[in-house]
Amino acid sequence: MTRQLYEFNGGVHPEEHKHASTSRPIGIAPLPRILIVSLRQHIGQPAKPIVAVGEQVLKGQMIGQAEGYVSVAVHAPTSGTVTAIAGHAAAHPSGLTDLCITIAPDGADRWIEHSALDYRNMDPSHLRNQLRDLGIAGLGGAVFPSFIKLNPGATQKVPTLVLNGGECEPWITCDDMLMRERAAEILAGAAVMRYMLHSDEVLVGIEDNKPEAIAAMQAAASQCDFPVEVVTVPTLYPGGGAKQLIKTLTGKEVPSGGRSTDVGVATFNVGTAYALHRAVNHGEPLISRIVTVTGNVHRPQNFEVLIGTPLAELVRLTGATRDDTSGYVMGGPMMGFDLISTDVPMVKATNCILVKSLALFPPPPPAMPCIRCTRCAQACPADLQPQELYWFARAKNFGKTQEYHLFDCIECGCCSYVCPSHIPLVQYYRYAKSEIWAKEKDKKAADLARERHEFRQLRIEREQQERAAKLALKASAKLAEASPESPDDAANAAKKAAIQAALERAKEKKEGVTPRNIENLPPEKLQEIAEIEARRAKIRAMAKDAVEK
Amino acid sequence: MSGLAVFLGAALGFAAVRFKVQEDPIVEQIDAILPQTQCGQCGFPGCKPYATAIANGDAEINQCPPGGEDGIHKLAELLGVEFKPLNAEHGEPKPKSVAVIDETTCIGCTLCIQACPVDAILGAAKQMHTIIAQECTGCELCIAPCPVDCISMVPIAEDVATWKWKYPVVKLKVA
Ligand code: SF4
Ligand code: SF4
Ligand code: SF4
Repeated sequence: MTRQLYEFNGGVHPEEHKHASTSRPIGIAPLPRILIVSLRQHIGQPAKPIVAVGEQVLKGQMIGQAEGYVSVAVHAPTSGTVTAIAGHAAAHPSGLTDLCITIAPDGADRWIEHSALDYRNMDPSHLRNQLRDLGIAGLGGAVFPSFIKLNPGATQKVPTLVLNGGECEPWITCDDMLMRERAAEILAGAAVMRYMLHSDEVLVGIEDNKPEAIAAMQAAASQCDFPVEVVTVPTLYPGGGAKQLIKTLTGKEVPSGGRSTDVGVATFNVGTAYALHRAVNHGEPLISRIVTVTGNVHRPQNFEVLIGTPLAELVRLTGATRDDTSGYVMGGPMMGFDLISTDVPMVKATNCILVKSLALFPPPPPAMPCIRCTRCAQACPADLQPQELYWFARAKNFGKTQEYHLFDCIECGCCSYVCPSHIPLVQYYRYAKSEIWAKEKDKKAADLARERHEFRQLRIEREQQERAAKLALKASAKLAEASPESPDDAANAAKKAAIQAALERAKEKKEGVTPRNIENLPPEKLQEIAEIEARRAKIRAMAKDAVEK
Repeated sequence: MSGLAVFLGAALGFAAVRFKVQEDPIVEQIDAILPQTQCGQCGFPGCKPYATAIANGDAEINQCPPGGEDGIHKLAELLGVEFKPLNAEHGEPKPKSVAVIDETTCIGCTLCIQACPVDAILGAAKQMHTIIAQECTGCELCIAPCPVDCISMVPIAEDVATWKWKYPVVKLKVA
């Protein structure tokens, strides 16, 4: 039975260049001289260092702890000594430095004690925490913490599990080689995912330009104790995009701004499934991955590389640097980014190092004005109007870009690829997105400041009233002392009553700081208020502690 | 259909009564644009008083340095008036900074705590004080009161998390 496939809008056929790096098996990269492990490996909060400079660490030992909800741990890729915890050039388009832990390997590669997880007899939330502490995150590019995606949520189940073996980006072959060589292990990881999500069906989507991977996965699937359907999908960039692959396999459209679980599908990269297998069935944290090194090199190949390996040491494995090398890209030619510094370490997101030369990647011809031919709209797999997005982003009209669903843009580059005017459209979208994010952050900070300022005003007012009440009390006490046997009892009583009333009022005011108008708020707002109150209470407690200490 | 419309109309009317804003909405709208640094450079004791003054026609829209030109543009648009450049009498826009207390010099006098408009300073009498960086608006109001000059403003450096993609520089070849 062949599955009915669906088509997504648009897409392009860039030259593949995949054969360059598939003629050699996955090589194991030798232990580098130094390992620089970034604490910001993932989407969300960076990990918090839990080792000190000079400390001996073992291979697989946790060196950075997950901090906050969207975060996972990072680990020592080999045994050795921590020589620095400091800023180091990051594998990031900015070229800025970021906090990294540097380890000088001792050469023994000695593992920390570790063992398989008995996941079937584990509390699901405990299991998810274990995966967080083993550093498992999506290896397809977004590096989203896997333990969050492996939560079946309120519905208690995600019916369809999709393993993404699309790998549509030109030049990159790390998933292809992993599927060819380690198919059974990938499916062992899928078994854990299927168990955690209570999925009914498991689909593996692979583009038809990878016949060896398809054959290997099919052979492994036939040995599996649960049904796995390996589906060959047509080669069309960006067919390996999560939303595009879901559309191709199931016909379902992930709603604008929504997530794939909204349509009952969870998608994981095949590399993530492999890492999950190593974690669950061997107890190994995520400390290595497969990286394609290709482009302008002598012997393009895939390597199993320790996270933290410096770029230069990795690229050297493919032979001496060629004279005409003009730069390095992390990722592929469509979605990757130019590295500003070559002194950067590999991170969990690094699927490919593409070495550039002017012959292979000539600079783009100068851009010309948009002629509104709408070829970009025909090519856009996210059903957007790239020419409108470009127009508004260029004019810095960010509100309009959002109306035109800027945030549904997956930055695939199809629009720029087909644009006859050679406009670098994606650069405008990235610019607009980061401006909007920054404005959003500023707005949040301003709201917090406004709230804290108003709270302070209220507090000062209250303190003034309290002081006034205290003064009144003192004055009346003096009065009473001055005339102890005053016959004017009635007047005295009246005065006392007035003071008492003032005191009551002040007390009420003091307790009356609970905000008004909260009866009609939605539960999220109430929750937010409760959190703010809790934070205030904490600050008050801290201030009090400081006094008492 | 019309029944629905009537119902919705009624619901809207009801909502308008229930959620009646107590404050002047135009003041709120202006305040929403102001950066809430609460620094007083505009000549008013905080953003809300400045917003009120603008709404009453007692202040110009170009007196807030932290809001910068961007803020003036937004105010001009909201109020339907002409944009005017920032009035230099009120100061220049500066890169966003946070206050840092040199904790070895601090004598614990609490004067800065009293000056901070957003309660971002933690400490108590005769105890070393410290600033909650996330809550500091960079207003500089704590600098002057400090008797031992141990507070300094440190510009917030761009890092990987706050870095932004730049506006594309494209050579346009006009055909
Ligand atoms: S393809 Fe290029 S020239 Fe054509 S409409 Fe889109 S942006 Fe304009
Ligand atoms: S980069 Fe964005 S706008 Fe351009 S084709 Fe891809 S999804 Fe569409
Ligand atoms: S100058 Fe300072 S106090 Fe005045 S509106 Fe601007 S941020 Fe607020």
